[in-house]
Amino acid sequence: LPSFPSAPAALRALPPPVAVGVLHTTRPLHTTQQSLAPVPPLPEKGGEVRHGLIPEEFFQFLYPKTGVTGPYMLGTGLLLYLLSKEIYVVNHETAAAACILTVIIYSIKRFGGDVAAFADKLNEEKVATAVAMKNEAMQMLQTAIEEEKKEQWRVEGRGFLFDAKRNNIAMLLEANYRERLLMVYNEVKKRLDYQVAMQTLKRQKEQDHMIQWVEKNVIQSITPQQQKESIAKCILDLKALSQSAHAAV
Amino acid sequence: LPAAVLLKDTKLMDVKLGQLGSWLAMRDFTPGGILGAVRRGYDRYYNKYINVRKGGLGGISMVLAGYVVLSYVWSYSHVKHDRRRKYH
Repeated sequence: LPSFPSAPAALRALPPPVAVGVLHTTRPLHTTQQSLAPVPPLPEKGGEVRHGLIPEEFFQFLYPKTGVTGPYMLGTGLLLYLLSKEIYVVNHETAAAACILTVIIYSIKRFGGDVAAFADKLNEEKVATAVAMKNEAMQMLQTAIEEEKKEQWRVEGRGFLFDAKRNNIAMLLEANYRERLLMVYNEVKKRLDYQVAMQTLKRQKEQDHMIQWVEKNVIQSITPQQQKESIAKCILDLKALSQSAHAAV
Repeated sequence: LPAAVLLKDTKLMDVKLGQLGSWLAMRDFTPGGILGAVRRGYDRYYNKYINVRKGGLGGISMVLAGYVVLSYVWSYSHVKHDRRRKYH
């Protein structure tokens, strides 16, 4: 009979897993508001270091038991122990190390401030360009937002546009209708004028014809005898008139 | 009654001296575990001393000092011939 290895107590305390249809997880998912942005800002200063070599936490660790001078005593004791037991051997390399350290410490004390200022300036420039880019991007997005709002406001003018278009179309229709009405009127008038002209022409022709016929018949009926008599009568009348006129004058 | 924390999860500074042996035995010594420990140590040092706005001298000087000490330790077998004693 094989012996199974004993599961740790924590695992055994969990409810037994369900085989089908359940996500096999023993911890709740997505409980925190984890997100990658915005990134938290960098801390201003690094951890404190004393004399450039030993972190401040060491001094704080020994302070309750030994006070302020404790770590220095420890350092002195360690140094003397290393020297006396020759765990640290004094040889030509020690002289070289001493010279090098002197030069390094002197240059750090003298030029440290300037170098730090220079590095800070470089950093400032980098940060300034990045911040400028960020500001520019934000500005562009802001203007984009305003443009979008303006476009949305413009959309409200749709109503006016469509009203104007509707008016235009109505006017076109009206103009067209009136044009056609005028055309119909003109055509009908032309036809009626034709009819009237026909009638007047017919009447005139009848009149002319009748007058001619009457004249012709009258002239025919005047015999030459009647003509002579009427001429003599006219001459007599004229003489009588002239005599009366002489008398009047 | 304070919540009982497993020894595995305590930090090094909270481990009592007597439990140090068993605590050390519980640590992860697989290659992946060692790599993870190195990465964690590097991240802690980096984020504390170097990845700051105004970094100081201490950040790199501690690394260089550690390098100096380590190289002395590695070359001790060669240096011990310069000791001031009669019989080496």
